Amino acid sequence: MSWKGTAVESTTIGTIIRGDREVFPPYLYAAYRASNRRSPNLPLIEVPLTLSELTGPGPAISEVTPEDADLTRNAGTGGEAIGQRIIVTGRVLDEHGRPVPNTLVEIWQANAAGRYLHRNDHWPAPLDPNFLGIGRCLTDEHGVYRFLSIRPGAYPWRNHPNAWRPSHIHFSLFGPSLASRLITQMYFPDDPLHALDPIMNAVPEPARSRLIATYAHDVTEPEWALGYRWDIVLRGPQATPFEEPEGEVR
Amino acid sequence: MSTARLTGAQTVGPFFHPALLREDARRNVLVQPETEGERIRIEGCVYDGDGVPVPDAMVEIWQANHYGRHRHPLDQRPLPLDPTFIGFGRCGTDDAGRYWFETIKPGPVSFDGERSQAPHICVLVFARGLLNHLVTRLYFADEPANAADPVLQRVPPERRETLIAQRAVVDGAVVYRFDIVLQGDGETVFFNI
Ligand SMILES: [Fe+3]
Repeated sequence: MSWKGTAVESTTIGTIIRGDREVFPPYLYAAYRASNRRSPNLPLIEVPLTLSELTGPGPAISEVTPEDADLTRNAGTGGEAIGQRIIVTGRVLDEHGRPVPNTLVEIWQANAAGRYLHRNDHWPAPLDPNFLGIGRCLTDEHGVYRFLSIRPGAYPWRNHPNAWRPSHIHFSLFGPSLASRLITQMYFPDDPLHALDPIMNAVPEPARSRLIATYAHDVTEPEWALGYRWDIVLRGPQATPFEEPEGEVR
Repeated sequence: MSTARLTGAQTVGPFFHPALLREDARRNVLVQPETEGERIRIEGCVYDGDGVPVPDAMVEIWQANHYGRHRHPLDQRPLPLDPTFIGFGRCGTDDAGRYWFETIKPGPVSFDGERSQAPHICVLVFARGLLNHLVTRLYFADEPANAADPVLQRVPPERRETLIAQRAVVDGAVVYRFDIVLQGDGETVFFNI
């Protein structure tokens, strides 16, 4: 089987999916090789959300400093990361469109050459001594997060011959409850590698397109950094067995 | 009220450790000396469909305190909060697929107005190869309330054992063993929540 130069169109797609089938990827997506031995075979058990899942760590976890959101300088070397400076910002919302304020957003990414500062990343692209590739911030009262970084490079992986991951940034969010916990990836517009990437393609359209940030000229800062906007929508409780206290529950 | 379209999940991939398991964000130890409740250690190994330990997984836990109350604005029941206990843990698996937490055994949590749930810990599993995280629960083998737990009752009886952590006393410490099998023989029960 050769994937070289072909889009991932025909592959075995599993039927075991947690959450909305039009949004979330199946656990088994055979073209993503690592899913073959790590995806459950047996159906998920349907249970109602209880107080255990309607609560969650999000509201209690908040340790960040302003420097954590600047990946171009947070290596602590006094030097600046090499690469195309970018601003990535957007709103974190619940599925009713309400902002999720004061929630932790953690990100990680490759450097401009496509390499991670990680003991298991061995491909021979240069490391940047001024770039850790990790950042975190809290959303503000309007649910807005904002990072300054550099545009990550594409990188090869061994999933199939000539496999390259499109440029992406990994995002981890808690949101208001355990049910809203999300780890995902943000992609950049107009990347020819999108159609070839089995990880991205495991998400069904149109939800797949929603993983792609939009170039935002109003976010771009003159003679400084290109701006991208990407909103994130988290699951909220479908129903609660409790009276919600007055005001916003977060 | 308007609705927004959900953002899909993607795998945590192989390179999450520096971001999610930073030195200052290690969360294996959930307890402080003053924390109320029975000290327990949770230990386990994550296995793939070939029975091979998964060395690049991450396990997160969320639980109520000794009294069964969650540190969260939605949990307003008249039970004590423990200022020394948040109830969230996060641990990466080591080269042998192992993870561990030091915590306390949680109290029972209400299910609806009438019934309550047996003491349990919510468990999330992330790994390269998992396009979305898995959700399961840890229950305690020596807990009589398991028999009436409304969530466990939804699990086919022959699979309930995968959710029951076995108790042992090792060097005077209480250890609950909770292995997680992603696929195949003894596959752990995972929930659609
Ligand atoms: Fe990556």
